[in-house]
Amino acid sequence: MELLLQQVMAGLANGAIYACVALAVVMIYQAIDHLNFAQGEMAMFSTFIAWQLITWGVPYWVAFAITVVLSFIAGVLIDRVLFRPVQNAPILSQIVAFIALFSILNSSAGQIWDYTIKSFPTPFGTAPLLGSMVDAHEAGMIGVTLLLLGFLYAFFRGTRLGLAMRAAAANPVSARLVGIRVGWMTALGWGMAAALGAIAGILIAPVVFLEPNMMIGVLLYGFAGAVLGGLTSPGGAVVGGFAVGVLENLAGTFIPYVGRELKLTLALIMIVIVLMFRPNGLFGRIVVSRV
Amino acid sequence: MTLREDDIAVSAAVPIQRGARMRPTPRHAVIAGFVVIAFAVPLIASSFVMFQLSEVLIYGLAILGLNLLTGFNGQFSLGHSAFYGLGAYTAAILMHNYEINYLWTLPAAGIVCFVVGFLFGLPALRLQNLYLALATFALATAMPQILKFHALENWTGGVQGLVVDQPDPPDFLSMIDGDQWLYYVTLVVVLLMFAAAATLVRSRTGRAVMAIRDNPIAAAAMGINVSLYKTLTFGVSALYTGVAGALSALVVAFVAPDSFTIFLSISLLVGLVIGGVGSIPGCLFGGLFMLYVPNIANSLSNGLAGAIYGVILLIVIFVMPAGAAGFVRAASAQLSRWRQNPAEGGHR
Repeated sequence: MELLLQQVMAGLANGAIYACVALAVVMIYQAIDHLNFAQGEMAMFSTFIAWQLITWGVPYWVAFAITVVLSFIAGVLIDRVLFRPVQNAPILSQIVAFIALFSILNSSAGQIWDYTIKSFPTPFGTAPLLGSMVDAHEAGMIGVTLLLLGFLYAFFRGTRLGLAMRAAAANPVSARLVGIRVGWMTALGWGMAAALGAIAGILIAPVVFLEPNMMIGVLLYGFAGAVLGGLTSPGGAVVGGFAVGVLENLAGTFIPYVGRELKLTLALIMIVIVLMFRPNGLFGRIVVSRV
Repeated sequence: MTLREDDIAVSAAVPIQRGARMRPTPRHAVIAGFVVIAFAVPLIASSFVMFQLSEVLIYGLAILGLNLLTGFNGQFSLGHSAFYGLGAYTAAILMHNYEINYLWTLPAAGIVCFVVGFLFGLPALRLQNLYLALATFALATAMPQILKFHALENWTGGVQGLVVDQPDPPDFLSMIDGDQWLYYVTLVVVLLMFAAAATLVRSRTGRAVMAIRDNPIAAAAMGINVSLYKTLTFGVSALYTGVAGALSALVVAFVAPDSFTIFLSISLLVGLVIGGVGSIPGCLFGGLFMLYVPNIANSLSNGLAGAIYGVILLIVIFVMPAGAAGFVRAASAQLSRWRQNPAEGGHR
């Protein structure tokens, strides 16, 4: 029983990472209607910028704020400069453009900051909490994720801008006809996703350490979490992220013989089984199609 | 997954082409020219170039497998590295552990992949777009882990992989060396499979497969068994990619789990888009891109190879948003318009 509780808590701590990334994934999905494969690399690049600022002696929270703002601007620029020209291209071509961006960011970060693993400071400390089941940083990470979720919920449900963004994603043509600048809403979505990614990267970096490939594995789990929760639901993405973390840990601990080696595979198989019964994710909206 | 209207026009044009089947078109001449060149290349090229060209053909075949699924049936897959790996391992295990003749390993790999692909197509029926992407993605991440799994080490060789003995050319062909022989084996297999795919796409079955892509509900209303055709397409697609994997095991003479990761799937997807979604000859162009562009990027700068690759990719997408096949199609349409009406075309 104690082992179970311990593994669940450890899973939740990992899950907080995935939930953060899943939230960013859903954010961009809402804005542009498909996945951004370069999301993780954008977050990694932002984290490197934060690291560079901190190394230069900028206080942690100032560096944090500067990085988030810079990432927002970079996100908007990427949309305006790179994705505006291909927005009418077939979907698969756009996905390839994401892959190109992924490759560019990964390789440039490696060239600028090299591939050695760097440690990253945490503002929460590492004191053990709750009978040493989680440490302070993990608790802080869970807290920030929930805070971001609350903020996004308030933004999308409670503000005119949030409503405009939802309208632009749901029906671009009609949204334009009622005076919403759809192109700028998309750019805003990119900026917000980049800023969320930066926060996720900065929170994750103390745990997984900073290096150009740090986000690849994490993004995959975040993607899985977002799909499990349903790509149309930010709350679902957070639940999905936590669920993936817990499932992975429990599979690794309790399924004998195969668990440890194949825990990622097992977690993914479980997700696919869930999707069999809920093809739009646990909390996703069902899309009705017409002939 | 919405595809371009140009592709739909292909299916509409088929009945007209049937009547005119015997008359050679410029397209046939181009294909015949390519085949002649492909058979003549070993006379002048070095054995390293032969090895590279074999890989281009193999990648082209794997991309064709993905194209049958994505381009013609509208199902998205990030899992084709798993079928490629499964084919490669089937061939390698049969040769290494059971000493079966290399030519028999190709159909064996095809059958194994067809069965696995067909079975995987069943759950895939319930999933669409990104949800299907996730399910196939799970397959792609699972494959290297399963290949490394300790209980299977006796067969798969675990992390070390397996070394495959490369076949020698038969005695009556003693004037060519091993690389040339493997190139010819690959070329013949790839040509046969491309011809089969072209025939399949033009058949009644092919039209059913494309109708499902264009509108599954309308296709079902016309009496097409959507579930059956979707799972069969998954199986055939896996078969193509699996045979490509088996050929790669022969040509590279080595298989290891980490050659078949999700990044291979992503490369195949890039090759598919660059060549042209829904185009059969485009797959070979995709194969060329997949092999040579990373090499070119590497030779320009070691450290920034990934960035250069990304920039090249972006430029290609900007110039040819519908891939090489779309580019050629648009260019030839422009050319014929210009021929018919030089004055108008000249000003544009």
